[in-house]
Amino acid sequence: MSNAMPDSTEPRVTPPVFLESDRKPVVVVDDVRVTYRVFASGKKVTPGNSRVKHKGRLREVQALQGVSLVAYEGDSIGVIGTNGSGKSTLMKAISGLLPIDSGSIFASSRPSFLGVGAAMIKELSGEKNVVLGGLALGMTRTEIKEKFDHIVDFAGLRDFIDLPMQTYSSGMVERLKFSIAAAREHDILIIDEALAVGDQDFRRRSEARMRELASGAGSVFLVSHSMKSILDTCNRAIWLDKGVVKMDGTALEVCRAYAEAQGAPLDD
Amino acid sequence: MSNLSALAGAAKLTKVGTRPRLGHYLKDFLQRRAFAYTLARYSLQASTAKSSLGAAWHVVVPALQIGIYGVIFGVLLSAIRPPHFVPYLITGIVLFQFITGCFTDGAKSITSNAPLVRSLDFPRILLPVSAVVSNILRVVPLIALMLIGILAFGERPNLGWFLLIPDFLLMTLFATGASMIAARLTVHLEDLNQLLPFIVRVLFYTSGIFWNIDKIVHIGWLKVILHNNPIHLYLMIARASVVDGYSATGTDWLVATVWAFAILVLGTVFFWLAEERYGRNV
Repeated sequence: MSNAMPDSTEPRVTPPVFLESDRKPVVVVDDVRVTYRVFASGKKVTPGNSRVKHKGRLREVQALQGVSLVAYEGDSIGVIGTNGSGKSTLMKAISGLLPIDSGSIFASSRPSFLGVGAAMIKELSGEKNVVLGGLALGMTRTEIKEKFDHIVDFAGLRDFIDLPMQTYSSGMVERLKFSIAAAREHDILIIDEALAVGDQDFRRRSEARMRELASGAGSVFLVSHSMKSILDTCNRAIWLDKGVVKMDGTALEVCRAYAEAQGAPLDD
Repeated sequence: MSNLSALAGAAKLTKVGTRPRLGHYLKDFLQRRAFAYTLARYSLQASTAKSSLGAAWHVVVPALQIGIYGVIFGVLLSAIRPPHFVPYLITGIVLFQFITGCFTDGAKSITSNAPLVRSLDFPRILLPVSAVVSNILRVVPLIALMLIGILAFGERPNLGWFLLIPDFLLMTLFATGASMIAARLTVHLEDLNQLLPFIVRVLFYTSGIFWNIDKIVHIGWLKVILHNNPIHLYLMIARASVVDGYSATGTDWLVATVWAFAILVLGTVFFWLAEERYGRNV
């Protein structure tokens, strides 16, 4: 018990929210907090970090501790941070999939999460999975029929589309997932680590498609550990650290600061 | 209200992650019903994709069960065996397994599809409904087989057989409601999945699958309760339709209908009330 006080009592320095009066906001995140309550199965070994509170066997993990941000029309925002910094939690909260404990989130239309992979059944052919994934995303049967060829060609899987998906390589699966999700128009699109797997050619095409999606009235959030993907596709970036926004600014300055903090400065 | 919320209000943004109104929710559900159907059909295909007998297993397993129960209960309980025993047993087992299959699959529908619930936005009620659809797809060939079976054991078809259709509709509505209730309860209380087999077992012995409750129970109030157990009513009406020598009264039909709609409405509302919370608890 003689250990240092947890640092959560110290005031945290968060940068002011990135505000621009002349552009139209499409997503507003206002002081959002999310705490996970989990039953721990093991013994506590270390004093633990400040975001984990212990109440008997119930541990509370503060995944987001007051996050605020505004995304504007046409924004393409890279979200970076170390593992466990709250990136995925924030994205799920914005898409409305995860209930938040306090604060509020507003959007011009329901943000869609590029998570079509969850609907896929690996025992079935790629073809059936295109149908299932499309329906899961809310497309109609006719819409899927119209876009089917485009989806298959975009994924570059023409020769394999009748094979069970379990025979695909992980890169092929990722390509198919992205192609299905990107076939639909989304006003607000959230992409969590989708593009790291594809090969060069596919990456180039998917990044182009993402810029296209963001260039409309909408906005794109891209969670990635690849600074290159973010610099290539995003105009803005947000650095999350231990559940708070550490930095919010242009993609270049945020990536540069983050890379430096990680001990691997950007080349140029 | 903070500055940011005021900004959002000024830009006419709407709040994310709130539960839609019930009417809106059901409309959304109806628009996306193709997803529930396709998910049911494809998961059924996937579940037998690797076995050599394939989809035939959906018929072989119940046929084996009927055989086993028929031998065991037919011999052991010969004293209280209802007349036309084999047709009585076949209808009972096929339809009982359909109803309980709906709500045991429904109970797992949210928890076992956790990745789907965590990453895609759709009315969650599609999942328990999809569990029911998958049971319907499985039971339709079985019902055909059931009818062939009872023909083989001496029943003669007549116009009364068509009453099986409204009875099946009623039990499906009931099972859909039960599936929704079970789906939400399991999300709050994971332990329920451990208890479900026992609940099904109790229902199995109290719904008159291989004995006639009306004939063997002599305590007045207990007889009323067991007789009006919805599962017993649906099985009884089915037998009244297709097995000679059994009948159902108008009151039985009325009570069966009330059960079906009451549980369906209750289940829908009960499930919808937690809609925005399913992403968190799984």
